[in-house]
Amino acid sequence: MRFAVISFPGSNCDDDCVRVVHEVLGHEAYKVRHDVHELARPDVVLVPGGFSFGDYLRCGAIARFSPVMTDVAAFAGRGGPVVGICNGFQILTEAGLLPGALRRNVGLSFICEDRHVAVEGRSTPLTHGLRGAVLRIPIAHNEGNYTADEETLARLEGEGRVVFRYVGPDGRRSPEANPNGAASDIAGICNEQGNVVGLMPHPERCAEPLLGNTDGRRLFEALLTAADGGMR
Amino acid sequence: MTAWSAEILKRHGLTGEEYARIERVLGRVPSWPELGVFSVLWSEHCSYKSSRVHLRRLPVRGRLVIQGPGENAGVIDAGEGHTVIFKMESHNHPSFIEPKQGAATGVGGILRDVFTMGARPIALLDALRFGDPAHPRMAHLVKGVVHGVGSYGNCVGVPTVGGDVVFDPCYDGNILVNAMAVGVARADRIFLGRAEGVGNPVFYVGSKTGRDGIHGATMASEEFGAQSEEKRPNVQVGDPFIEKLLIEACLEVMSEDLLVGIQDMGAAGLTSSSAEMAARSGSGIVLHLDRVPMRETGMTPYELLLSESQERMLMVCARGREARLIELVSRWGLDVCEIGVVTDSGHFVGTWHGETVVDIPVSALVDDAPKYERPMAPPPPSPPLDLDAFPQAAGGDWTPTLSGLLSRPSLASKRWVYRQYDHMVRTGTVIRPGEGDAAVVRLPETPRGVAISVGCNGRMCALSPRRGASMAVAEAAVNVACVGARPAAITDCLNFASPERPAVMWAFSEAIDGLALACEALDTPVVSGNVSFYNETEGRGIHPTPMVGLVGLMPEAARAVGLAFPEAGLDVLLLGRVRPALAGSEYAAAVGAPLCGDAPELDLGAVSGLVEVLLALHAEGLVASAHDVAEGGLAVALAECTFGDAAVGLNAAAPEHAERADEALFGEGTGRVIVSTRDRAAVERLCLGSGVPVWPLGRTGGQRLKITLAGRSVVDAAVADLRESWATGFAGAIE
Repeated sequence: MRFAVISFPGSNCDDDCVRVVHEVLGHEAYKVRHDVHELARPDVVLVPGGFSFGDYLRCGAIARFSPVMTDVAAFAGRGGPVVGICNGFQILTEAGLLPGALRRNVGLSFICEDRHVAVEGRSTPLTHGLRGAVLRIPIAHNEGNYTADEETLARLEGEGRVVFRYVGPDGRRSPEANPNGAASDIAGICNEQGNVVGLMPHPERCAEPLLGNTDGRRLFEALLTAADGGMR
Repeated sequence: MTAWSAEILKRHGLTGEEYARIERVLGRVPSWPELGVFSVLWSEHCSYKSSRVHLRRLPVRGRLVIQGPGENAGVIDAGEGHTVIFKMESHNHPSFIEPKQGAATGVGGILRDVFTMGARPIALLDALRFGDPAHPRMAHLVKGVVHGVGSYGNCVGVPTVGGDVVFDPCYDGNILVNAMAVGVARADRIFLGRAEGVGNPVFYVGSKTGRDGIHGATMASEEFGAQSEEKRPNVQVGDPFIEKLLIEACLEVMSEDLLVGIQDMGAAGLTSSSAEMAARSGSGIVLHLDRVPMRETGMTPYELLLSESQERMLMVCARGREARLIELVSRWGLDVCEIGVVTDSGHFVGTWHGETVVDIPVSALVDDAPKYERPMAPPPPSPPLDLDAFPQAAGGDWTPTLSGLLSRPSLASKRWVYRQYDHMVRTGTVIRPGEGDAAVVRLPETPRGVAISVGCNGRMCALSPRRGASMAVAEAAVNVACVGARPAAITDCLNFASPERPAVMWAFSEAIDGLALACEALDTPVVSGNVSFYNETEGRGIHPTPMVGLVGLMPEAARAVGLAFPEAGLDVLLLGRVRPALAGSEYAAAVGAPLCGDAPELDLGAVSGLVEVLLALHAEGLVASAHDVAEGGLAVALAECTFGDAAVGLNAAAPEHAERADEALFGEGTGRVIVSTRDRAAVERLCLGSGVPVWPLGRTGGQRLKITLAGRSVVDAAVADLRESWATGFAGAIE
């Protein structure tokens, strides 16, 4: 399986994503620079976390204009699995591949800690076979407050496109379980076709026993199965 | 008769005597830019003129030392061709004036010191000292500094894995921001700050030069007055995005054979980087200042030489490889520009559109910089601590006292701080902030771990600078041994008041001796460091604060151990024995006792034995948790052990090594560790064989922390209640 990890200036989780795919899962992963038009025939595209172009403007607002993004969009258009993590999620919303936007956390500060998310909604390459699971995954962001207009939110809910929701360790929703004020406790969504997924938590940070948590590995394994055709 | 007025010399921080020395070494009156160059390179911050005569007493050699002090950072051997490269540095003065940018650029600067050596940064830590939380400016300073550290470290993608935060009124007018960076490199890919090879081109790489930070080094070499706010324009502004690009560009350049030497432009910018590189190589350097990439028009040679604009590097390229260097750096969108050349003239020369504006012998700038043996005088002896004035617990119940102590911001949970730092990026953080006595990160590409601890107890240093400095090393070594790593080497950041006061200089000298003693005893040489004097406002100085950052190595990161009891049914033992004392303790500060008396005894031999036995216990897999007894004493340390995810309680019988209950519970003294184990007999056997005293405290279980002393209950509280005080104390004090 071949994973293309997009690398923008300021991406800082690109190496981590490559590491998990390559060292932990034993599959091929390579970085693709922001300024090229060649994805090199991947099975999966990962848009990693970080501060693309410094994110001094809105997060992801500049990255979306990178040459490589037209290729990512084309790959997604052909039904290829695309996963945006944290800044990657922000970039995918800016690029119009996912609806809505990620605003500043309600507490106005960066938050880095473990959080629980429930996997729900329709099946996606990333969540295939995991519906109902409650996963503990770290978050690390300043702008994770998902927002969209009422109509979009209603559509997302109606079409089962909310695929990750912040919950407590017991799987229940509550104001305390939502770290950033995201609408409807949304931690991750997918597009209409289900092949493009964005999420704020970092599954690549909890995919090996050394780091004390392997919940994230389950998402990567789902991705492998899906890309292998197991999902269809 | 001097060519420059006394007023101008004063603004440049030069004494009349120093100025006369400049004229003597030049044989003429310096030009305006030359005066600027001398002022920054001869500043305390750059020249170490008051400290150099003492610093040479520090032990700097050891089995693992590859590069000791003198380069941009220290390097130790981590085995099998891997090295760990680290340094700590202060950014105190700018952080007080502009906390966010001051702290942010402190992080940026220390990162550059590490990656300029060829290292990939893997961890950041910050030791912060603030004044009384109730001081009107303090909440602003705390928030600004934490925001600055976070915004820079988070964006640059290096995890901030640890540090410490202490509040004491002595820092009201001078907060301390000491940042430490740790990186890794292959032993055969270490780069030094050398300007070698006559004719090799000198390249400027990174951000453009602006007018920010001019005279930052000079500012850091003066005490504050009432108008220190006016120095805001001297504070640099950081851009972590550019730093991130600079890291990637430099590491890419360094992966090929393009460079002869490289140094970041830190304090005193272009001037110090070029002069220091030439000095180390005994060469000369010519800089064409008009070629320096500029952020604004109308900049003068003086400003270009002195600017402390951030995110800039100076590289000496191997002649013939220029095109490749330019190609690699350009791909990152950074400025890369040939601005000069290495010569054999022994002179530091600056030209401006073909005209020479600076021409100074390099040796005059660096080697001939003033060196002072400043007068020293011990302060009058401190009166004894009046123990009779300490409160007694109502009904012999010390529970409320313990609860109150746990909520003091120096002891309370620092989650409010580290939650704002990305401490997990790069997926190497094995022991996260708050989880263990030291941070543990994986040594990339190996199963091994790097453990790091920073700290210093300023109050103990105020009582005895020598013992206090030794304690800082001893405590960091014990912390690192608690998680399972062998202490390897230290970096230091020596924060003191004005060296022009004999009592301060005496304390500095004592602290150096204290560091040296402990480093010898624990086999942890000093590989890098920094001195920050003039932490003083209107005559009031900080406590001597020789901050220590200690790095340890462990064979298997996966075996690192946290501080909290992981489950019920474990035996809990106290390893090591000290006579706990209240002088200088957090408890004494909490009850408003004056800072006086004798610092607790310190037996470095016993500490060394404790470290060794901990490592032996770890090797046998006998340690379920380990926590050093430090600020707040035994009761606070025991409470902290119950605050893990398991929230498991303990019935503990405190040892009777003290005459009073308050001493037994809250007295401090370095050299005790709380260990929980599944095999008490094996632990006792090993300790007995090593001559390390063991006291059986009790067994984990239940949801209460109960402590008895000589059979009498002295503390009895629900873990959840104590935890609540501890968890909310920090935010409560500054929000």
